[in-house]
Formats: sequence, structure tokens, C-alpha cells
Amino acid sequence: MDQKRVSRRSFLALAMAAPIGASALAACGTSGPGQARAGEASIWYLTGAPQEGLRKASVDAFNAAHPDGQLAATFFENDAYKTRIRTAVGANQAPTIIWTWGGGGLRDYVRNGQVDDLTDWFAQNPDVKSKRFETSFGAATIDGKIYAVPCEQVSPIVMFYNRQLFEQVGAQPPTTWSELMALVPVFNNAGIAPFSLAGQSRWTNMMWLEFLFDRQGGPEVFDAIAAGEPNAWSHPAAIAGLTKVQDLVRANGFVNGFQSIAADANADQALLHQGRAAMMLHGAWTYGSMKEEGGDFVPSGKLGWIPFPAIEGGAGDPSTGVGNPASFLALSSQASEEQKAIAREYFKSGLLTDADIDGWVASGAVPIVNGVDSKFSGPDAPFQQFVYDSATQASSWVHSWDQALLPGPADEMLRNIEQLFSLSITPEQFAANMNAVPSS
Amino acid sequence: MTGGSVSARQHGSLTWLVLPALVFFTAFGLVPLVGVLLLSFTSWNGIGEITPIGFENWAAVLSDPGLVHSLGVTFLIMALSWLVQTPLSILVGVFISGQHRYRAVLAVLFFTPLLLSSAAIAITYKALLDPNFGLGASLGIPFLVQNWLGDPVLAIATVVFVVSWQFIPFHSLIYQGAVRQIPASLYEASRIDGAGRIRQFFSITLPQLKYTMITSSTMIVAGSMTLFDLIFVLTLGGPSDATRVLALDMYLRGFRGNMMGPASVIALIIVVVAVLLAMGVQRLGGKDASESRLEGA
Repeated sequence: MDQKRVSRRSFLALAMAAPIGASALAACGTSGPGQARAGEASIWYLTGAPQEGLRKASVDAFNAAHPDGQLAATFFENDAYKTRIRTAVGANQAPTIIWTWGGGGLRDYVRNGQVDDLTDWFAQNPDVKSKRFETSFGAATIDGKIYAVPCEQVSPIVMFYNRQLFEQVGAQPPTTWSELMALVPVFNNAGIAPFSLAGQSRWTNMMWLEFLFDRQGGPEVFDAIAAGEPNAWSHPAAIAGLTKVQDLVRANGFVNGFQSIAADANADQALLHQGRAAMMLHGAWTYGSMKEEGGDFVPSGKLGWIPFPAIEGGAGDPSTGVGNPASFLALSSQASEEQKAIAREYFKSGLLTDADIDGWVASGAVPIVNGVDSKFSGPDAPFQQFVYDSATQASSWVHSWDQALLPGPADEMLRNIEQLFSLSITPEQFAANMNAVPSS
Repeated sequence: MTGGSVSARQHGSLTWLVLPALVFFTAFGLVPLVGVLLLSFTSWNGIGEITPIGFENWAAVLSDPGLVHSLGVTFLIMALSWLVQTPLSILVGVFISGQHRYRAVLAVLFFTPLLLSSAAIAITYKALLDPNFGLGASLGIPFLVQNWLGDPVLAIATVVFVVSWQFIPFHSLIYQGAVRQIPASLYEASRIDGAGRIRQFFSITLPQLKYTMITSSTMIVAGSMTLFDLIFVLTLGGPSDATRVLALDMYLRGFRGNMMGPASVIALIIVVVAVLLAMGVQRLGGKDASESRLEGA
């Protein structure tokens, strides 16, 4: 009798648990965050101050002005977003507007028919195109067609230096590679690391090669690599660039233990603003964080910046810019016509509005708008003008390699760059390893 | 009614209780496993078409020296963490199972690492080990200023240290419980025979902990096979590939390299190797290893 009751009770418990389990399973299949309500388009943005606030303000302003076509924004942390968006696109659950870095990732979407061709739309809206920096369109253009709208800011890679330390040793910032190499012993003898580098993050090392390849051999060297031409990594200019980096490592050009330093805690920037490293090659975005964390370092004018030095006898133009030319928004081909209409309206009237531009400028950034330099004022103006000039006067622009290549080869490249910087492979081995990686 | 039929009916009713767990295990354990098995025979970059390619992924992964390397790193970290964790856990477990004045306070301190997530631990250690702003530089201890995460040998040592730091409290807890289960009569008898503390430890405590050691070792082996989060945050497999363990290799191939097929092959290799190792460790305990030690049960 007793036993029976127990078994009935457990059966009841099971019967009650079943619907919970079933609904938990069913929840996986229904609307994820990518799916907007009827009549609403969705957009995924990245978190992080101050950009997140500006993005949110832009969507709010758009929604206030367009009560009949609303845009729903969801925010993701940078690294989480990278996996999330691929999974969503792969499962046909992509948001209407897909945030992308352009280049290889975008090429992958295009190849799989996941994003719309916007070339005709740009032709119909010439103002949208003429407003933006010409250099911002390269990473959005695939096989001659434009697949994404450039927006937000330009982030070139800049050679920063500590003016105080240069005064201390009585040196001038380098304009050529041999001047740069000559400075290495000068700073080492003074007990100062010549260059700060967060080598554990790997893409930080990559920025050096981006410049060296270009200064040495011009944009054709990396263009051939990105196009997947055979043995493109073995170009003599590439080998020369790889060799120069190892020369710098051997000369103790980088701070001791640089392979242990990660960029995510801004330790590399701290070395520069605390006066322990003389120079640092890094993205323009570090200006803001050094200003915030470096005490009086930026306000008192101790932070200096120069373009990357030229290489004597190199074929590259020293004005060529390197880095992220803009942020990009692509239109999902899976979205409904109604959603696409809202998205196109946002591209046209929601991005880089006057209020938007003012917000970006006030944050110390340089939005990708022609003539925006007239708005620069205050203490950040000199740096903003430098970034503006490097973006608008650049003869060409090298898109960050890990964004320009397809994701698979990009990861393989970062592995090899790490080995190159730790001197465990030679430039020739690096080239051979990378030539063996299918680039498409 | 005989005793035997009561027992059979009891077992019958208990089977019902297992059902919900079985449903969830099937939905979230077996179904994905079959999915991974199917994916391992396809070529898929995560967003495009899934095309069947037969055994191509298996052939590619099994002939890839990278797999051998990752397997080697995984086994190395597994062996080193077992060698570090097991003796220390036993000592700590025996110590905190006794009656000491400050034992309760110490036990709380010992167990704090258990409360922290792997990601938090990894971020903290990364900051502490920074050669310029970490512990060594701030306290002025030159020995602590090393290229901890940038040198292959030091990076593996660091990983083993942090893993051990994180999990020794857990294993100590298991040993503490086991030590308390040892009948006091054994110690009393040995004391009458004139055995000292050290003799008692080696002749009574350690042999009595045999089955606990097997449980704990199984967990270390299975845990090392799936070790991912800590290394992902701490070193990302670096420098170069020095700490690229199998689980990380799987993640990087699948989600960074967008090669879901080869990543699925590695996932299945992890499952098979982990199950084989766990079975091997269980076998060490003999046939009766999983039977209850309690008298009369």
C-alpha cells in the first residue's frame, strides 16, 4: 500500500514537471533577441562607454522622429558579439541591421547571400555617400559593390610618445626607421623601455606589421595577401618587414616581458603615461583612455603623436593610414521588406545627424564626416585634427588585417605573429606557414 | 509478501524518479552529441550551407600535428595538476578534519577560492602576474617579476598553479569528509599498539582514503580534459601554442576559425578520451570501487 502511494506521487511529480520541461525546450525555438515585433526593425550594437550612449541616443532620436517605423536596439559586449552574430546569421535569426567591421567578415556574409547590395541605394542617395570620408568605403566594398554603410568614427593607428621622456634624453621623435632603431639604445641606456607593447593580445603586435609591410612595399603587398594570391606572404617587402620587427625585438625595442602584457587592462598605455616607456604604437582610441586614466599626462601636453616613420628606400607612401576606417552597418537579406524600409530610413536620416556628430566630437572622436574639423575645439582639437588629416589626406588605407582577412586565416595569422615576435620562427618560416593557410 | 518482491517494487517506483533527469539528459546531452557527430562529417563555416564531406574532417584533424600537440599539453597539465593537487588536498583534508583551535577559521580561508568563478580568478591572476604592475613590481620582489605568461614553460607552470589553487579546496573538502568517516576504533587500536601520528597516517588514513582518491582523481582527469575557461582568459593558449589545450583548440577552431566540422571532431575526441580515462581510473580501484563502504549496507 505504502509503495503504491510513493509511486503515484512520483508519477504526479513527473506529470507536473513535464510541462515545465517542455516549455523550457520550446523556449529555445521561439523569438530570440534578433526577432523584432511586427513593424519593427532590429539593430545590434556594441556596449562600452562613451560609444554605447551615443548609439542609444541615435536610436532614441530616430524612434522619436519616426513613430510609425520603430527600431529596437540590443547591446552586446564586443567579444561576445563576434560569436553571437555569426550564430544568429547562420540560423537566419539575424537582426535587420548587422553591425560589422567590414572586410573579411562582411565578405563571408556576402558570399552566403546574407546581406543586401547597397550600391544602388547609395546611387539614389548621393548625399549619404558624399558626406562620408572616401577612405571609409574601402572595407565596405566587395567586388566593386558596397554592402554596408560606414558610420561613427575613424580609428587610425598612431605612434604615440611621451614628450617628457624625449626631453629627458634629448632626442627627437623618429621620422625614419633608422632613426627609430637609433633611439632604442638611447632609451634602454636611460632605463626606459623604448616601446610599450601588450604582446599577449596578439593584434597589438599585428599593428607593427601592418605599417612595415605598407611602408616597405606599398599597399599592393597586403592587397595580394587579402586576394589570396599564391605565395603573397613571401613578397620581398613582406620578408623585409618581418625581419625589421625581429631586429627591433632583438635590440630590446619592446618593454621586458611584453609577451605577458595584455591590452584589455590598459597596462600598455599605463607604461607610456607613467613614463616607463617612451613610445607606443596603438589605436587612436587609446587617446581617450589615457586622458581618463593618465592623470595630467594628456591635459598637460606630455602626450605626443606622429605618423609611423618612413622606411628609407621603401616603396610605400608615408601618408598611408592603417587601422579601422569606420564602423559599418549592413542590411540583412533575411529581413522583411517593411523592416528593410525602416533600416534604410535609419541609414539615411538616423546616422551621423548633427546631434550625433556633436556627440562623437565631444567624446574626443573623429566622425567620418567631411569638413567635421570645423567643429573641433578645446583641448582635444589638436589630436582630432591630426586624426582627421591622417584619414582625409591618406593616399590609401590599410584595413586592420584581422578584419580584412576571413576569420579562419586571421586567427592563424595571429598565432604566427605571436611566434614571430617571440623569435621562435624566422620571417621565412612565417611566410611559409601563412602561404599554406587557404585565405578564402 | 517476500522481502525480494518488496525490493523489486521499490526499484520499480524509483525508476519513475529518474525519468525527468533522463528527459533532460536526452534533450541536452544525447541530442547535441548526435548533432556534433553528424556535424563532424560536414563542412560548415557557421553561416553558409552545411555540406556532407564524409571522413575528410576526421582525416584532416587526425593527421594534424596540432592535435597531437594539444593532446600532449592537455595530458601534461592533467598530470601536473594531479601531482600537485592530490598530495596537498590529502594533507589539507586530513588537517581540517581534526580538532584544532583555529581549524574553523582556517577552513573558511582555504575554501574561498571555491567561491570564485574561473573567469574572475583568471582576470585576477593576470593582473597579479603583470610584469610591470603586478604583485612582484608593486611589492618590489624581483623573483615575482617574471615573464609568467609569455614564456612557454612558465606559462604552463602558471596554469597548473592557478588550476591547483582553484581546485585544491574542493578536493580537500572531499578528503575531509572521507577522513571523518574512518572509524575511530582503528586509531584507538593503533595507539594501543604504539603507533605515532605519522605511522597512523600511512597505515590507516591513507589506505582508508583509497576510494576517495579514485573519486577525486576521476574528477581531476575529467576536469582537465574539459579545462577551458581559465586558460581562455589567462593565456588564450599562448604564448604561441604552449597552453593550447584540447577544449580551447576546439573552441578556437569552431568559433574563431569558423570550422565547425573539425571542431566537432575534436569535441568527440574529448568525449572519448575523457570517458576512457575516467574508466581507467575507476578500474584502478578494483571491482568493488563503486560499492558502498558502510557496514551493513
